[in-house]
Amino acid sequence: MEDIKADKYLDIRGEVCPYTLVKSKLAVEDIEVGQILEIILDYPEAAGSIPKAMLNYGHSVLKVDKISPKEWIVRVRKEVED
Amino acid sequence: MEFTEEQLKRYSRHIILPEVGGKGQQKISDARVLIVGAGGLGCPVGYYLAAAGIGTLALVDNDVVELSNLQRQIAHSVKTLGVNKADSAKQTFESLNPDVNVIAVKERINSKNIIGLIKDYDIVVDGTDNFPTRYLINDACVMLKKPLVSGAILRFEGQVTTIMPGDGPCYRCLFEEPPPAGLVPSCQEAGVLGVLPGVIGALQATEVLKLILGKGKPLKGELLIYDALGVNFRKVKIPKNTDCPMCGKNPKIKELSDIPEQYCSI
Repeated sequence: MEDIKADKYLDIRGEVCPYTLVKSKLAVEDIEVGQILEIILDYPEAAGSIPKAMLNYGHSVLKVDKISPKEWIVRVRKEVED
Repeated sequence: MEFTEEQLKRYSRHIILPEVGGKGQQKISDARVLIVGAGGLGCPVGYYLAAAGIGTLALVDNDVVELSNLQRQIAHSVKTLGVNKADSAKQTFESLNPDVNVIAVKERINSKNIIGLIKDYDIVVDGTDNFPTRYLINDACVMLKKPLVSGAILRFEGQVTTIMPGDGPCYRCLFEEPPPAGLVPSCQEAGVLGVLPGVIGALQATEVLKLILGKGKPLKGELLIYDALGVNFRKVKIPKNTDCPMCGKNPKIKELSDIPEQYCSI
């Protein structure tokens, strides 16, 4: 099934921790509750830590997909105000 | 807020905190804080607030740096001996964080200039070392309804409280008048452990940041007392005094006045 279109896309390929999280956090702040952020990243550690951090912030992680040997897509739905 | 790559790095540990985030960091960058005294307390308060990226930080002090200050006044150094303390601290804070607009006010605060000095700031920090000035700052902040984060130190003990005019007690609710000159010894007479203002100043800086962020509960209506020797933190409730001469129902104090300066300073 095709994913519905995200409300915001963030490309943080080339970024490492903690800037992967810093940029993802700022991007979530820019969308409204209920909207979806799609992040593409290539820092392996962040593929695990970003979804975990987003859950801690109270948001939903809709999916974590490995789309190539070194790239992941993380979809997050904003659930709470910042 | 549009952060530069440099700012993203500098403030990354703030931005990832749920209670701060980009929005909170923006509030910090927009904030204007005035610190009275660039001494034992003013140095650590200013140091941490500068590191946090406060937009505008004013330091009010007319003293010059002396060798006996360097045991505790960490923004100064042997390179700034003889330099005005506000100027000396400004150099230190600007080299720590060029984002911050540091304003050195080389004046002694008094009943004539205080309103003009504090009116354009969001929060006032009391880092002074004498009772007349402490009461003057309290009265001016109550009049202008400016939040005031007050700290005091002596020997091995320090105190912190946050005064929110209109929402809790003021300093005069605790003690209506300053103690008579000479009753309470000054740090010059009694000494102070050099690290003590660091502890109390860091608590004051924390209160300032909480007020700016609107997070947590401010230390209002309570005096936090730190006893370094006994390693004790205790909080004493300060009830609001309805007969307070400054913030009570029928305040007696209508205008600011300078209490004769018989107190010596640190």
